[in-house]
Amino acid sequence: MGKPQPIPTGHAAKDYKSEVKPIWCPGCGHFGVQAALFRALAQLDLPPEQVAVVSGIGCSSRLPAYTECYGFHGIHGRALPLATGLKLARPELTVIVASGDGDAFSIGGNHFLHACRRNVDLTCIVMDNEVYGMTKGQPSPTSPPDWDSKLAPGGARVSPLRPLAVALAAGAGFIARGFSGDPNGIAHLLVEAIRHPGFALVQVLSPCVTYRPEEKCWKQQVHAAGIEPTHDLAEAARRLFADDGLTTGIFYQAAPPPYPGAVTNAGGDLTAIEAQFAL
Amino acid sequence: MSVSVSPTDAVAIAIMGSGGAGAITAGGLLLEAAGRAGWHGLMTRSVGPQIRGGEALAMVRLATAPVGGHGDRFDILLALDWHNADRFVDETPLDAGSLIVADAEAGEPPAAILASGARWVTLPLEQLAKQVPAGRANIVALGVLARLLALPLEPLVTAGRTLASKGLDAAHLRQALAAGHDAAASRDLPVRPLPAAVAGAATRWLLTGNEAAALGALRGGVRFVAVYPITPATDLSEWLAPPLQRLGGHLIQAEDEIAALNMVLGASYGGVPALTATSGPGLALMTETLGLAVAAEIPAVVVNVMRGGPSTGIPTKSEQSDLNIALYGLHGDAPHLVLAPNSVGDCLFATQWAVRLSEALQCPAIVLSDQFLGQSQAVCDRPPANGMEAASRAVAMPGPGRYDRYALTADGVSPMARPGTPGGQHTADGLEHNAHGTPSSRAVDHQAQLDKRRDKLLCHDYGPAWAEVEGDGELAVLTWGSATGPVLEAAARARAQGLAVRVVALRLLSPPLPARLAALLEGARRVLVVEQSHSRQFYGYLRAHYALPGEVRVLNQPGPLPIRPAAVFAQLMQWR
Repeated sequence: MGKPQPIPTGHAAKDYKSEVKPIWCPGCGHFGVQAALFRALAQLDLPPEQVAVVSGIGCSSRLPAYTECYGFHGIHGRALPLATGLKLARPELTVIVASGDGDAFSIGGNHFLHACRRNVDLTCIVMDNEVYGMTKGQPSPTSPPDWDSKLAPGGARVSPLRPLAVALAAGAGFIARGFSGDPNGIAHLLVEAIRHPGFALVQVLSPCVTYRPEEKCWKQQVHAAGIEPTHDLAEAARRLFADDGLTTGIFYQAAPPPYPGAVTNAGGDLTAIEAQFAL
Repeated sequence: MSVSVSPTDAVAIAIMGSGGAGAITAGGLLLEAAGRAGWHGLMTRSVGPQIRGGEALAMVRLATAPVGGHGDRFDILLALDWHNADRFVDETPLDAGSLIVADAEAGEPPAAILASGARWVTLPLEQLAKQVPAGRANIVALGVLARLLALPLEPLVTAGRTLASKGLDAAHLRQALAAGHDAAASRDLPVRPLPAAVAGAATRWLLTGNEAAALGALRGGVRFVAVYPITPATDLSEWLAPPLQRLGGHLIQAEDEIAALNMVLGASYGGVPALTATSGPGLALMTETLGLAVAAEIPAVVVNVMRGGPSTGIPTKSEQSDLNIALYGLHGDAPHLVLAPNSVGDCLFATQWAVRLSEALQCPAIVLSDQFLGQSQAVCDRPPANGMEAASRAVAMPGPGRYDRYALTADGVSPMARPGTPGGQHTADGLEHNAHGTPSSRAVDHQAQLDKRRDKLLCHDYGPAWAEVEGDGELAVLTWGSATGPVLEAAARARAQGLAVRVVALRLLSPPLPARLAALLEGARRVLVVEQSHSRQFYGYLRAHYALPGEVRVLNQPGPLPIRPAAVFAQLMQWR
């Protein structure tokens, strides 16, 4: 943080990395997401000070401090409204949201729905490991119903959420999934997501090696969609409901109406506004 | 605060009717007309929970001095009908000197109203209205009031110009008013003429406390507002929407109050002064985020328009019972600002000051308004345009070397880098952190940052605005917010009886400033605490943070009824 001089044009991925050492476990999928984000920002040649990474609470949400960008590490579940306020106030900034499956889909579920439909120009990365890692292993909204844990012996017995289908129904205009073991693939998705002029969701399957070691086998299970993104809602819905949850790629990209920005050069005058109160 | 209404000078009128009968419209027109003619005044609406229909009561008080609250009784009750009038008996105290004017078709008043001993007459308001195209009984009633108050009709015609959109043009408006006026003149009714008006209407404003607070926010530089609808704060936000568009700002309707305050923090982190408005239940949802604003040192203003609580409580009526949550609702040791306006007009100053303090001290500020202040409309002296400039915050211009967002400075305020500034990158964090902003659970960092966040509030010079003081004497009344109006009126009455009374109304409730209150109370031997809360929240706060001299008594009552000047006066006189 706090580099002495603005970095000249032509950024390398390492320019976005701060000196703060991540708290993540060795082998955590989030390292791959971090690397992918830096590659995407470098590819877009965005000056670090023009990027803000906003997060809530959880392992994933520690990301802002590990970047050389501006960051806001807020409270659990509320990264999306925090980012919304920042982006509306400062539309010239690139605003990235770093979240996890508990943060985005459970405590922040309501904000997730409304961020999708509001369509403010944000890129929301949800590092989905199907578990609450920071609190040491409780089921999340994407956990399998029979996943055994201390808090839910024998499993939570609740159907997992389909976040991408929910996002589609809620009105998101860019819906993609990546895998943390493929940083170049995620970087590609993030470049497209950041370029997308509206709310963009990138779910990243990011194994929790400590509480969900079985997720290590995702590496063998994930598979690329291998088809072009559709802008057809019905086709996207068909793909998402037919999907096994391990398909990577951009599922849907369309252009719902953007959230209106501030009126520029509105030319309003406070004295004129106050005149309405005169007797 | 130097002028107080005297009961002999003021006239109080209640206009009552079922929803849609136009009682509130009539009250608003009466207040505006009286304001245009040179009087000061105040109108409070009382409505039931119904969205449409139900019942409505407009309480108007007119005087030659600024009116800070309602009095002990009403001189005139004008009833357009008696539907559900029982609900308003407590709010409209009448006595044998009061006059009730009712529509001839409305029937007999409820027994509870007749029990006051007030004189009751009927006039054919509805029938007279039918003789005027687009005429309405509420306008005829205004003509009656003009006669009883000796108020000229012309200001009423001017005030009623907006009725043209409802088909009542100026000529027919005048006709309907005259019909009421003449009907009243034809009867031997006791007139209650207003005292001579005070020149200067041209420099006065007519606005509600919620509008005043909104304007104070704009004057303070707020250009981002995020809100979730809640009674009785919504009209504040609704008023702000068009001006913010004209000024190039933003108003966003959030999905809930938690989102609203987080949006505010995001915008403020981006460098734009930002605000949200809410009421008790919304404030409760915001408390975790307020703690984030404390820890991450992000300016933010929450205008909390208090209503009866707890839980859903009484959403349409006033109470000063959110003091505790505003002061103590945050988890952890979380010093922050709490301010309270003491009149409708003061909502402007208090909110503008809150924006300034919040920006200067990088700390959230809660403004405790209430339903009475927020939704009452008052004639106020126009606040000076250049009274206070827009807020400014210490902005970092990082040079070579490391930028420490949370650097330990002499006054505790660390310059904030605006996103986009090269070299100012940092992470604002709700996790405890070191001076640089890196998360830290070390004791030394926690201690240093706790001290910093406390000391920046305590080091600040808040100036004389932190409390309003009137009078001198060994008997002091300590109060705050909307209780100030009736207290001032009671103190003026007591002084007229030869009793020296000093009134201290705190505008800055947090941080507490014990040395400054001690100075204000020097020489006081008895202290009366006046507040509108059932559990004596203000008294508890005073006892926790201040040394109160001599004997202390408390006059408290919950909402929704206002504290009456007579109750305070009686307490003062018992103690002489």
